[in-house]
Amino acid sequence: MREYIFYFLALVSVISALMVVFSRNPIHSVLYLVVCFFSIAGHYLLLNAQFLAVVHVIIYAGAIMVLFLFVIMLLNLNKESEPHKPIIIKFASVISASLLVLVLIAAMVNINPAADSHPTLHTIGMVRELGDTLFKEYLLPFEISSVLFLTAMVGVVLISKKES
Amino acid sequence: MIAYSILDRDWSFLTDKLILVGILFAVALGIAAYSTLAERKIAAFMQDRIGPDRAGFFGILQPIADGVKSILKEEIIPGRAHKFLFILAPCIFMTVALMTYAIIPWGKDLIINGRKFSLQLADLNVGILYSFAIVSLGVYGIMIGGWASNNKFSLLGAVRASTQMISYELAMGLSLIPIVMMSSSLSLRDITEAQSYWHGMHWNIMLQPLSFIIFFTCALAECNRTPFDLAETESELIGGYHTEYSSMKLALFLFGEYVNIFVSAAVISILFLGGYNFPYMNEMGLSPNWVSILSMGALFAKIFFIIFVFMWIRWTIPRFRYDQLMKLGWQIFIPLCIVNILITGLLITLKIYH
Repeated sequence: MREYIFYFLALVSVISALMVVFSRNPIHSVLYLVVCFFSIAGHYLLLNAQFLAVVHVIIYAGAIMVLFLFVIMLLNLNKESEPHKPIIIKFASVISASLLVLVLIAAMVNINPAADSHPTLHTIGMVRELGDTLFKEYLLPFEISSVLFLTAMVGVVLISKKES
Repeated sequence: MIAYSILDRDWSFLTDKLILVGILFAVALGIAAYSTLAERKIAAFMQDRIGPDRAGFFGILQPIADGVKSILKEEIIPGRAHKFLFILAPCIFMTVALMTYAIIPWGKDLIINGRKFSLQLADLNVGILYSFAIVSLGVYGIMIGGWASNNKFSLLGAVRASTQMISYELAMGLSLIPIVMMSSSLSLRDITEAQSYWHGMHWNIMLQPLSFIIFFTCALAECNRTPFDLAETESELIGGYHTEYSSMKLALFLFGEYVNIFVSAAVISILFLGGYNFPYMNEMGLSPNWVSILSMGALFAKIFFIIFVFMWIRWTIPRFRYDQLMKLGWQIFIPLCIVNILITGLLITLKIYH
């Protein structure tokens, strides 16, 4: 049963991810991306990472994609107003995407998925374990990354102030 | 989580849950339907009128009459609207509104024929976060509906509604952190149980009054209720994001709002008013099943009171201006929440709260 759910979710995420790229209407792309994020949250649930799944939905589907929708709706992008790209940019994008695929393949070629399943650690994705690990083992990196976020926020406010 | 645990359990577990889903669905829609009548009656009372009283005694059949009217009305889809998304939007809105019911603990466990029957669909480890995920998805129904109508007033209404919802989500989440810190769990059942001390009167509202006020105001804003109903200011935007909608699709939007109010009232009662706890619930010497039925009654009494307060506010307070709304959310509530978190942290460290 779990396998069937996995295959279903995998199918949904792959198809919706492809539709993000292939659909002509930017609004459709955004909505397919939302579907894709949901199926990925489903994968997290299958891996028993509840916290990650819920936070993924809150942040990506709930906040970031809504902002995407905002921008696209207000700009009213459509096929007619789409800028025509020169051929050299198309070539450059194909080459860089292929390089990215190469990097991903190189990174994944040595993964042994069977080695990662720890049946004893079924509470590993729970909030309590996660909090314990974050605030005991990885306290310093955690705090430093929060400072990084704060800096980014201040930077955004500064940039938007300058333009007005 | 749900997907995981259902797969590992037996069929009786599944049938229990399916029965509970059916009951909850009926109760939720019934209460939402009668909220519309209650709203009109309360409005009438506050404005010294009688209100609807033609359909049945005291207007008791009015929601049914309204429902039949909505179904029988002509359905109009604007010519240049995006048809699929136009139909999808009210469906998303209603589905999302109903989804939070899954994690609300409606009462203590019932024991029927020696088998435990939980009055909660899923006791999620991340309960509160789940409800936040659902709240943040509610924006999609509104945004898609407003955009697919292909009408600038609808789009403006949708943008207003969703900006407001996103802005107030932050303050809402921050106002809950003190509660989570005090009960040291995200599960709604654990939070309810943490309020059962002091003979069932250890309610969070007494320990965290500021959080309660902020959360309550944010709930009003999330439901797009007065004084925060900027999304449908008829003098500026005709009707807001559902201007182009008619018949049952419009009814789904309006009805979903009442479902949202019911859910918010339930969440507020659980987080701040002790959930299903009532005074002296364990000292009365009743059998566990009676206690659990009474506890359900206590929760519903609290929910109805909160719904009444929502309506009371709607017919008393005029609407905010848009800049006031944003200022309240970003510049007043968020700093207050952060100060509240720091104070609570201090009190917990000093072992005054625990």
